[in-house]
Amino acid sequence: MTDTTKTSKGISRRSLLKTASAAAGLAAGSGAISGFPTIWAQNPITLRQFGTGVSNLNAIAEKCRADLGITLEMTATDSDAAAQRAVTQPNSYDIADIEYWILKKVYPAGVIQPMDVKKLKYYDKVVPLFKTGKLKPDSVIAQGTAPHTVGFVEKPGTKTFAKSETQWFTMMPTIYNADTLGIRPDLVGREITTWADIMDPKFKGKTSILNIPSIGIMDAAMIMEAMGNIKYADKGNMTKEEIDKTIDFLIKAKQGGQFRAFWKSFDESVNLMASGEVVIQSMWSPAVAAVRSKGIACKYQPLKEGYRSWGGGLGLAAHLSGAKLDAAYEYINWYTSGWVGAYLNRQGYYSAAMETAKQFMSEDEWGFWVEGKPAKGDIVAPDGKVMEKAGAVRDGGSFDERMGKVACWNSVMDEDRYMVRRWNEFIAA
Amino acid sequence: MATMTSSETGKAEGGRAKGFRLSPVLISYLQAAPLTLILGGFLLIPILMTGIVSFWDYDFAQMYPDFVTFNYTETLGSWVTWKTYLNTLKFAFLVWAVTLFIGFWVAYFLAFHIRTTAMQMVLFLVCTVPFLTSNIIRMISWIPVLGRNGLVNSALTNAGIVSEPVEWLLYSDFAVVLAMVHLYTLFMVTPIFNTLMRIDKTLVEAARDAGASGWQVLTNVIIPLAKPGMAIGTIFVVTLVMADFSTVQVMSGGQSASVALMMKNQMSLLQYPAAAANAVVLLVLVLLMVAGILRIVDIRKEL
Repeated sequence: MTDTTKTSKGISRRSLLKTASAAAGLAAGSGAISGFPTIWAQNPITLRQFGTGVSNLNAIAEKCRADLGITLEMTATDSDAAAQRAVTQPNSYDIADIEYWILKKVYPAGVIQPMDVKKLKYYDKVVPLFKTGKLKPDSVIAQGTAPHTVGFVEKPGTKTFAKSETQWFTMMPTIYNADTLGIRPDLVGREITTWADIMDPKFKGKTSILNIPSIGIMDAAMIMEAMGNIKYADKGNMTKEEIDKTIDFLIKAKQGGQFRAFWKSFDESVNLMASGEVVIQSMWSPAVAAVRSKGIACKYQPLKEGYRSWGGGLGLAAHLSGAKLDAAYEYINWYTSGWVGAYLNRQGYYSAAMETAKQFMSEDEWGFWVEGKPAKGDIVAPDGKVMEKAGAVRDGGSFDERMGKVACWNSVMDEDRYMVRRWNEFIAA
Repeated sequence: MATMTSSETGKAEGGRAKGFRLSPVLISYLQAAPLTLILGGFLLIPILMTGIVSFWDYDFAQMYPDFVTFNYTETLGSWVTWKTYLNTLKFAFLVWAVTLFIGFWVAYFLAFHIRTTAMQMVLFLVCTVPFLTSNIIRMISWIPVLGRNGLVNSALTNAGIVSEPVEWLLYSDFAVVLAMVHLYTLFMVTPIFNTLMRIDKTLVEAARDAGASGWQVLTNVIIPLAKPGMAIGTIFVVTLVMADFSTVQVMSGGQSASVALMMKNQMSLLQYPAAAANAVVLLVLVLLMVAGILRIVDIRKEL
């Protein structure tokens, strides 16, 4: 009896020693490998991030853990749920990864604290689109909730946005893109040049638009204006009459059988296009890539009226302070330091700090994704799948060509509730 | 006998004296408790909460406890609601009619044309096989069949029957009804089969002896006796169709609306009070329909 106790004690002491040394070895090893400041490894910090899913990628969480020692807990929701969570559960997250139009809704609730640009290492590298609204000094500012209109506040604590650049940045932009119509070049049988082409009687019963009111209405607005039916003062903030006119037009088109279906999720849009049910429809860039990866011709067609654009960024929860706030700043600085930007660029999105991302991309990748040059070799997605064969050129061309032709940004309107109600009437009609 | 009883009572009294015996009233309450708890916790309280929330105020992010009626006035005052209810009722009627027809004949075949009980059970189990896969899978598998380049259309065009693919097969009311019939027919077969099996075969023989034709036996004997089964099946099918949203959304390609889909849209926009008001209206309507069915057929009397 006594013997057994002794033995077991011995074992436990020995195993304890073993574990301890292994842990020490591990800690030393990890420190040696990553070479990053070890403060977070010694005092582990977890950041809870939630957002709309596009950039909530596991690869980013893994890389962040390896580089910084910060554990990222990510939650993906749809945009309406994200807006709700941002406001109603402000203590349930540290980092909000949301789109700018959501920020416009939630910032006045005081749940996001502005960040000091002096602490943002790569603030100077952020493309001017997010500071002045202009990609080039001579660009025209697009309609809708353009990121720069909600990008700054005068000082911490204010609930209204500043008119121009200040020291206080509401969100660090991370991901954005320019959306347009997707087409099946083999089935449309003619050149597609304008948003109005989706209403061509020739495509009756072969078109689709997306059934997400806040985005669908913008596509509808692009179509209406391209057809010359209406000239909006601001597509991103319609009056009740403009909403009525737009929805009435959509209802008429629907009853005339112009649409084959309405899609709500990414995979629905892929299936509609891949099966040939639809030959022209609203689409998102990765969905076009997904159709193409099935060996089916699909094109993200640039249109003369320009693109409908969207952008998202990382915001700091109001409750962050002390070491956690420092960790959050460090995370954001790491996020914009290039690796993540290159990852997003390779998926067909754009990074806000283009210069840093460039260092993490090969010359060919940079040429294809950002400069609009023909690919010299196969273009490979981050997961290793071949996306484009050598010789391919990106639809719409270079970054400047695409983001320089943004006609409007995703937005939230003052008449939001009225618009949603009318949109539901369109779906029910 | 008498002695035994008395001794038992004696024992029981002894037990009560020791404090083990519960009063009969308490025992009945205890026996009713599990069901009360389950129904109360999972049915009554949620319905009550839905009812309460339907009077609350809301914005894009939050609900505010209040007593406002605009959720109801907005719901009932909009032509969308009325059109959606009409559309849902249309689906309910069509699906009901088709499932009743198919369900009755399947059950009739199983009950009267299959001779051995063992074979009846085997075939009945075969009917339930589709339930081994998910609802959604069974529904979605129609899409490649009915699509523009789907099985049916390619067969028709290859056979030269039509020159252009038939468009109304998919993303139409036809597709919705077809998928719902596929999903819900078994809910009609089962109760009707059950009642048909209980019909005393001598009744049929008696009718034949009295000179009734096959048609007269069917209309005067079998169908009247099958009514309770039909009523139960009808309740199943009607309530399922009235509450359906996924079939309508997927098979109509988002072009058609149903009441539950309207609620789902409202919930995804976080307009919970509006959805709750809608739910209350739907609940009342479905309860009225069930009451109507029970008025026409007294299930308890005829079972």
